[in-house]
This record gives sequence, structure tokens and C-alpha cells, in this order.
Amino acid sequence: MNAEPDGSTETEDDPTPPAPLRYGAPLTDSRGQAVVHPSRDTWLEVAEAALNDGFDHLTDVTAVDFLEYPGRRDLPDGVEPQRFEVVALLSNIATRERIRMRVQVPVDDPTVPTLFDLWPGSETPEREVFDMFGISFVDHPDLCRILMPDDWVGHPLRKDYAVGRIPVQFKDQGASL
Amino acid sequence: MGLIENVKDDGFEGLEHNFVTGQVESLVQWARTRSLWPATFGLACCAIEMMATGAAHYDMSRYGMEVFRASPRQADLMIVAGRVSQKMAPVLRQVYDQMMEPKWVISMGVCASSGGMFNNYAIVQGVDEIVPVDVYAPGCPPGPETLLHAIFTLHDKINTGELLQRRSDNGGGAGLTIEQRDGQSAPLLIRGAQ
Amino acid sequence: MSVTESTDTSDEAVVDPTERVRRRGADSAVLRMSEAEAAQVGNDPHLHADDQRVLLNMGPSHPSTHGVLRLMLEMEGETVLRSKPVIGYLHTGMEKQGEQLSYMQGSTNVTRMDYASPLFTELAFSLATEKLLEIEIPERATWIRMLMCELNRLGSHFLFMATNGMDLGAVGMMIYGWREREEVIRFLEKVTGLRMNHNYIRPGGVAADLPDGWEYDIARLLEMIPPRLEEYDTLMTGQPIWRGRLQGVGAMSAEEAIALSATGPVLRSAGVPSDLRRDEPYLAYDQVEFDVIVGTYGDCYDRYAIRLNEIRESVRIIGQILEAMPSGDYRVQDKKVTPPPRARIDESMEALIHHFKIFTEGYKVPAGEVYAAVESPRGELGVYMVSDGSSHPYRMHVRAPSFVNLQTMPHLMRDGLIADGVAIISSVDPVMGEVDR
Ligand code: SF4
Repeated sequence: MNAEPDGSTETEDDPTPPAPLRYGAPLTDSRGQAVVHPSRDTWLEVAEAALNDGFDHLTDVTAVDFLEYPGRRDLPDGVEPQRFEVVALLSNIATRERIRMRVQVPVDDPTVPTLFDLWPGSETPEREVFDMFGISFVDHPDLCRILMPDDWVGHPLRKDYAVGRIPVQFKDQGASL
Repeated sequence: MGLIENVKDDGFEGLEHNFVTGQVESLVQWARTRSLWPATFGLACCAIEMMATGAAHYDMSRYGMEVFRASPRQADLMIVAGRVSQKMAPVLRQVYDQMMEPKWVISMGVCASSGGMFNNYAIVQGVDEIVPVDVYAPGCPPGPETLLHAIFTLHDKINTGELLQRRSDNGGGAGLTIEQRDGQSAPLLIRGAQ
Repeated sequence: MSVTESTDTSDEAVVDPTERVRRRGADSAVLRMSEAEAAQVGNDPHLHADDQRVLLNMGPSHPSTHGVLRLMLEMEGETVLRSKPVIGYLHTGMEKQGEQLSYMQGSTNVTRMDYASPLFTELAFSLATEKLLEIEIPERATWIRMLMCELNRLGSHFLFMATNGMDLGAVGMMIYGWREREEVIRFLEKVTGLRMNHNYIRPGGVAADLPDGWEYDIARLLEMIPPRLEEYDTLMTGQPIWRGRLQGVGAMSAEEAIALSATGPVLRSAGVPSDLRRDEPYLAYDQVEFDVIVGTYGDCYDRYAIRLNEIRESVRIIGQILEAMPSGDYRVQDKKVTPPPRARIDESMEALIHHFKIFTEGYKVPAGEVYAAVESPRGELGVYMVSDGSSHPYRMHVRAPSFVNLQTMPHLMRDGLIADGVAIISSVDPVMGEVDR
């Protein structure tokens, strides 16, 4: 799991050491798991470097909506927090090394390049992210809703999409909770 | 049941009268309860328990029900086993419409009956919003015992002819609720070889 | 995109398989067509004038026993050209629901995803929560979890044996598979109180200790299962009809399987020895001995044989667990996550308050994000969890193996017969609850 930082200039006495780099993107550690933070422009480059480095299995693609959690601080310096974050989990089948890529996606332009050409297995997970969060994957071969009906309005996993509860009626007590 | 009574009273001599007294209707209803073919409508976890009911241990074929029909046109009973999503709802209604009259619906599990723990955008909060339900079987999942109990309850009602009347009167189902009947049989595994 | 575009399949053999799965156009195995387009194509008589192709819809309520899966198939005669699984008919909004429920309640929710092997989703959820909490669970809890999971794997694979047999016309298998599953389920019911959806593995340990006499039950199970597997061998493995239906059907190479992100038996059948129990040992899998079963051809027969032999391996593991089960606590003795025992609630006011607080508010989990994966009977089952420091997960995503494995299906079905399609659906063994969540 521990990646050898590529071009890191880390020193012991530096109070805020800059995050080490891997594939040219800042690398952080989350509970012992390696995370790289490419930007949207370097998303494909970093992904390709990871693929060439042996991460041949795209385990999953998912996303998080940080609308209600603005105060998070697990991003390294230089990475601007945005409302959405697309997360791709990679693993290396031979060495069982894992790495996670997290990219920040602004709400006013929710697009990310697709990983389909690198890992065709990204097709359905990306469709799910599109369906649930409304994040478009540029150049995806078949970007359409996957879980919800085609004519559904809204993206359910966004934080501003209501859960859609209906109040439970307890008939015997004549009151609703 | 005239025919049966005759046979009971006079043995096979009774058949010699060569006509049956009594109502054809009760014969029909008797036949209906004894060959209630369910449509395969397994949706979620409850479907596994429905299949378990059909398998060897609980053996639904004792009641003439082991033939789960894939074609709705051959089925009389729809066991809605599991949660019904918004996407599935139109399909469910279509399958119901394709079934021949007379038809009955059992809503199996809390999800089908009321949405269960999934009170959210994706799940229809009770299948009775889409089709008329005759028996609600509670539980998450209702075990095979509860499902059989629901089926027996339905049998009783079919025998009295009550349900069909209600349907032609107001288009609704009977809406019977039953008790959960699980956890009664002691696990056999422990005692088996002792 | 239209179905009349010609498909040149003559040079199929020389194309690199990883290139084949990357195709986007009409020569891909995936029918990338929306429902509206499909309806339009289906209604246009001119499109079918010069060829034999038809679009066929299968499902979502269909006779093969795999839930509400719907397939759009492009057929030429009886041959499947392109296909597309259409899913979402069981979408339950569980990821959204997971954000409403506290960590304490979360395992009730996730257990309803993969209803053939519910304990694995609970396990992945609990492992992720424990990683965020940074707590170690007691040794006995670890081993109990392992025991229950392996039993659940048995149950799930027996279910596969039953449904796989039934899908292929060996209807008798349905009865045998359920017979064994019932035995396993009865033990699970004895321990957890429920036949399915147990909510037994929870963050911090398990819900209850094993009942007295469990060793005896397990020993009986271990005695009973191997001879029954021999029966399966007699009934199916060596049968010419069975082999004829499965061998060479739905084959896939290792490169394709990896490129399509497959895991579990689908990946292993192609000859990739990937099993998280061995590769990234969680629980105490590094202390038990077992073999990872791999196939050679990646066809339906390999996937069947892998599952059958995995039952044998699980039996082996359970035997070792029976020997090695340590004594001790079945829950972590950390007041923060573990409610007080029932008996103390009657005696102590504090215990009552503590109990009340833990069940109404839950416990707070430090902020962070984490991914925890386990090897479920269907493949890698992972939970990606983001916490904002409150008592509810900020985001809980489940990497469902069936969902990802489902995208191998068009590639497996290509150029096969439609009757083989049913064998392929069955051999991928998707559980729709997990696919749609
Ligand atoms: S009632 Fe329970 S077992 Fe049945 S479908 Fe709903 S969650 Fe699953």
C-alpha cells in the first residue's frame, strides 16, 4: 500500500511538508490507504500512468456530494475543494496494491473525462454516477440512466435531493408520526 | 358437495343416481383452491423464501401450487415477493393485467405491503397502490410458514367465494392481514442424531 | 446507431481481446441503445427488410430464476449478436437510506442488498466502520465472523447449484440445492434468530455469542455436506448433457475479465488466482489453510466447477475454525460502540441511559474516508465510506460484485445461442438486490 513518492521533496523540519507526488499528483494517506488527487485536467494522464504502472483492475468508480460538509480537511494543499468528488478505486491484480484517485468536480460544470478507453469496466459504474449524481463523463460510449427510469427527474444521491419519505400513519392511534 | 356426500352416504352406489346435487360453484371453488398456480414474481429477498416454500422442505406442491408459471396468462395467484421499485411498478401492473380472472394477490413481506424500512424515493410504499391485495403476509422476510399461512387464509376466502364478489363490487382486494407464524419449528439439525 | 450496420466478424480471431472489449461502435458486444431507440427500430419495418435481425426483450419478469434482470438482445435467428442488461428494477435507494441511518443501524440496511449472502455485506460495512473508528475487535468475534461467513458462502453456493441446475433444465437439482441450503440456514437461524437478513455482524463484533452446542451442529454439517457433494458430482459434473450445455459456453479470457473489472468466480474461471481472502487477508484468513480454485477456459462449466469446489474449501475452512475457535468476548468492550448487556440495564440507571443514547443517537465516528473489501461468494464486495465526524455516514457506497460482473454478460453471450444465454446469466450468478441496491 505504501507508495514510494516519486518526486517528493519532503523534509523533517518543514512544518507543513508538501504532499508527496505520485504520477505527478499529490498523494495522501487515508487510514493506511493511498490516495492520489489529480485535477480534472490531469485525470486521464494520472490514470494512464497508474495503468502502465500495473494497476490493471478498475475496482470501482463512485462519487460523493460534499454540499453539506464544507469543512473537510483531508485534501492536500493546492487541491481546491469542490462540491462533487469522483472517486476511482484501482488495484493491481498481481501485487494486490491498491490506490484511490479522487478528483474535484465543480457543480457548475459537472464533467470528467471517461476512463472507458483505459478500463472498459468503468462503463456501468460511470453510468451509475451519472444517474445518481448527474456528473457527465465526457466521451462515454453510452451515458444514460441505469438505475432510475429514463424519464426520472433529478439525481437521487445529491444531497439536495430529498429522501422522499412519506410520513408513517399509525391508524390505531389516529395520529401521524 | 353433492357428489361427495352421495359417495359418502352410499358408497359408489351413490354415483348411480347419475346427477349431482349441490352447487356447481362450490365444486369450482374447491377446484380453484386446489390448483392455485402462482406467477413467478420474485423481486427481492422475499423471493428466496418463496422459492424455499416451493422447495422440498416446505413443499408447496402439497397444495397443488408447485408450478410457478412464467406466463401470467397461466397463473391465478400473484405473490408479490419483495420491494417494488418505481421502475418495476408499471411492469407489475402489466403482469397483473395479463393474468386471467379470477386472480388473487398476496403481498409478501413488509416491503411489498408498506414499503418496509425503505421509506424513500425509490420504493413504492405498498403494492396496494398499484394492484388490489387480498392477503398481506408480514415479516422481513416472512418465512415459509407465514407464507403458507397466507395461502391457507386465501384458500378459505376463495372457498367462500367472498373475494370475487368483493372484487366485482368495488374493484378492491380483501386486504386481510395475518399474523407472522415463523420460528415455531424447532431447528431439526440439533436434535437429529442425538 | 442502427442495427442494420454491417458487422464484420471475419477477423474476430486476430483482434486482441482487450481491444475487443474496448469497442464502441456497432461491432461491440454491447447493444448501446436506449429504450426509445430500440422501440423505434422495432417499429420500423424497413430496417428489417434486408436481414434477419430482430430486437428481443427478455425480462424483467422472466422464467430463469435470477430476479428482475432484463436483457435487450439483438438476434440473428437464434444467435445473439449484441445485448445489454437493463437494470434498476429493484433499485431500493439503499445508499441514500444509509445516509439517514446511524452506524448502529446501518447493518440492518446493507444486509438487505445481497440477500443470498447477507452476512458479507454486513461484514464489509462493519470492517469499514471499524477502520474509521480505529478499533480492534476481540479474537473470538473475528473467528465467529469467519465461521458465519463461510457458512453463508455455503448457503449461497448451494443456492447457485439449485438455480443453475434449474435454469439448465436439471430441475431435480433445485430440490437438492435447497435441501442443503435449508440445513445451513437452520444453523444460521439458531445463531442469529433469522433465516435471512440477519443483521448479526455489527460494527464492534457480532450481535450474540454462539449458542451452546454449536460445535456439535457444525460437526454434523461438516459430516453431512461432503457426501452430498458427491451426489452433485454424480448428478451433474460428469454428465454428458450437463457438460454439453456448459463446456465452451460463454468463454472469456483473463485479459478480458480483468479489463471488464470482473471479480470472484467470473475472474477466477478465466485463470486469474484472485481471492481477497488470500491476497489481502482480512479477519483471520491468514491463519487457516485453503486453496484458491481457478479455472482454465473461463466458460460456464469452469464457473460451475469453481463454485462446487469452493464449497469443499469452505468446508475445510470451517473444520479448522471449529478446532481453533478461541474463547473470549464476542464484542469489543468499548463503551462507545457497545451497548451495555441486557441484565445491567435493569440494575443500573447509567447503563439504561447509555443504552438509550447509543440506540437513539448512535456513536460518533471520526471524520475520514475509507474503503474496506471482502471476498463475497460473488466477488469483491467493498464499502467506501465517508464520515464527517457525526453518527451517520456522510456517504456509504457499496461496490457490489454482481453489478460489476454484469457487464461481462454481453461479451460472454456474443455469438452464442439464446438458450446458452440463460446458462450464462445463471453462471454469472447476479443477485439483483445487490446490483440495483
Ligand atoms: S420485506 Fe424484508 S426480506 Fe422482504 S423484500 Fe423487503 S427487505 Fe427483503
